[in-house]
Amino acid sequence: MAGRFNLSKGKLIGLGVVVVLVLLAVFFVEDWQQLWTISSAPDNIPIVAMLFLVPFFTWLGIKQSRANDRLIVALEQDPKLAKTSHRKAEPWRPGWAKEIHVWPYLVRIEFLAAVIVTVVLFVWSIVLNAPLEEPANPNLTMNPSKAPWYFLGLQEMLVYFDPWIAGVVMPSIIMIGLMVFPYVDSNPLGNGYYTLKQRRFAVGMFCWGFLMWILLIVIGTFIRGPGWIWFWPGQTWDHNAVVFDKNVDLHDWIATSRIGKALHLGFLSANPFKFIFGLLVVGGFYILGALFFHWLMTVDFKKLSLRPLRLFPQDAFEKKLLARTSLLQYLTFQFFAVSVLLAMPVKLILRLALTIKYVWVTPWFNI
Amino acid sequence: MDEKPEQKETKQLTGDEKAGAGLVEKMKEGGTALKQRAIEEAKGYKDVQDTQIWKSIFRVSHDRSDPRNRSLAVLSNVFLHLHPAKINRDAVRYRYTWGMGGITFYLFIVLTFTGVLLMFYYHPTKVDAFRDILYLEHDVPFGKLLRNMHRWAAHLMVITTWLHMFRVVLTGSYKRPREFNWGVGVVLLVLTLLLSFTGYLLPDDQLGFWAVTVGTNMARATPMLGSEGPFGVQLGMTPFNDVRFGLLGGSIVDSNALLRSYIWHCIGIPLVASIFMAVHFWRIRKDGGISGPAPVMLESEMKAIKKK
Repeated sequence: MAGRFNLSKGKLIGLGVVVVLVLLAVFFVEDWQQLWTISSAPDNIPIVAMLFLVPFFTWLGIKQSRANDRLIVALEQDPKLAKTSHRKAEPWRPGWAKEIHVWPYLVRIEFLAAVIVTVVLFVWSIVLNAPLEEPANPNLTMNPSKAPWYFLGLQEMLVYFDPWIAGVVMPSIIMIGLMVFPYVDSNPLGNGYYTLKQRRFAVGMFCWGFLMWILLIVIGTFIRGPGWIWFWPGQTWDHNAVVFDKNVDLHDWIATSRIGKALHLGFLSANPFKFIFGLLVVGGFYILGALFFHWLMTVDFKKLSLRPLRLFPQDAFEKKLLARTSLLQYLTFQFFAVSVLLAMPVKLILRLALTIKYVWVTPWFNI
Repeated sequence: MDEKPEQKETKQLTGDEKAGAGLVEKMKEGGTALKQRAIEEAKGYKDVQDTQIWKSIFRVSHDRSDPRNRSLAVLSNVFLHLHPAKINRDAVRYRYTWGMGGITFYLFIVLTFTGVLLMFYYHPTKVDAFRDILYLEHDVPFGKLLRNMHRWAAHLMVITTWLHMFRVVLTGSYKRPREFNWGVGVVLLVLTLLLSFTGYLLPDDQLGFWAVTVGTNMARATPMLGSEGPFGVQLGMTPFNDVRFGLLGGSIVDSNALLRSYIWHCIGIPLVASIFMAVHFWRIRKDGGISGPAPVMLESEMKAIKKK
């Protein structure tokens, strides 16, 4: 069937996702006006744009990675070719100059980019007005009172952690973690070209963090309504909605559960046992988290019967990389990975699905 | 020529008139000579690039196809010499670079330009700030456009910074020898966000006021430095001496907070950011220019780690 409607599997899946999303929207959006109010607010336009930009650039990156990965496979199978090839997915012909002049070939691109950005800005500024609310009034609290969209990830984190973690410690760890990234990545390959095959773990970890960050912002922008209450997209923002806070701490949750009562674990709710219990939970989380990342680093996806993951089947290579990693590099990475990449989603699930407030309660701080 | 003596005889000119006529003749002659000279010289000015003024400014010609001149065009220009004279032919491919770093810098320039213009119409005081925005929106010619552009360029800059970082990660460009420059870039990301955030309060409207209230309330919870943070009370922190007080210049978001965020926004952070940008760009060159597209390396070519 090499006819006109020859769709590849990937396109078919994409099409299916779109159809499902449209159907979901048709059936579940009760209040289109509300959805429109949120997504058309001028200050939310950037994050609406990000919903398209991030997938587009991810696609662009993956496309080039796959081209390079195919080239890498071909060169690895044919050492002779590896010696003569120019080793780029970009076209090349003998006789072409390797270098070109910045004037005019780069300068004209920069000029063009500046012109295009300027035009975009002018159109954007003519079409949409910067928001201006009433004069500042300390006696009239805005509800919801939201930070600018790029900080909504942090504000959303306030739901899951105390302010000192969400507002101070987490941002600091994220920034330091980003700076540390190059120093813990001991992989010499993939420097200056797109590849997934040679850097599946490093790229995967960064994408995990980046997409989590975008997801938190999307939740903060589209889902959080008055009182910072969870409203699904398309649900009307009810300013009188009240959610009874039934969150409990982990030690109470266990102590009062049926199993806890049967095992007489009631003492967990009292000091110093709740302190020790929390310490053990957090310590255990770090150990389990580290084991999880270690598994992720070295797992042979080929052996797992998950088809989509077979794209990255290099366990031997990953083990080789691990051997190059110093203990300091390894532990540093594990600390940041468990503290941010894992702690964030785990606490999110604990809080939203199991209504757990704190896992470690001490007289000085709660986590 | 033989008519001239006749004229002299018939008109019997006085001495003064004789002298006058001579002067007119001389002037006429001088005039034609001058005209001729001007035409000759003007012919020389036809090509603007041959003038002394042009040459003094640009030093080298730009439009010649001579490779040496093309290099000099870049090397002898204070703005363009950020660039090398020549680059890898694939490095100009937009698909590889996405151009996000350059666009981010351009947006910084746009923001500086529109920001300076906005400063002409703005007083960072509780009495004036909000009124100045109304004035800007309704009375200042193109004031609304100016404010809109400043706002949207700021938002766009946050987006382009993130996408720039995303590209750098996907291409592994943070790897040796560019590790340090990646760190400088992370600092620039923080400064970009802070620039955006400090600007948020300046219109002194409900939106900015409550966003900054929420934001700085978090500072109250800073461990050891905040009055409500872990170990804060034990170290003597109160709402009147903690880190939030330092940020706001008071215990509430008020006139001092407005002034502080104005100064950080217009002077403090841009200065610091400019220094980091200078380092960032300098290091791009010193670390060997743009990272790629580089030829792919193979697993078999991985060098063993040097043992000291």
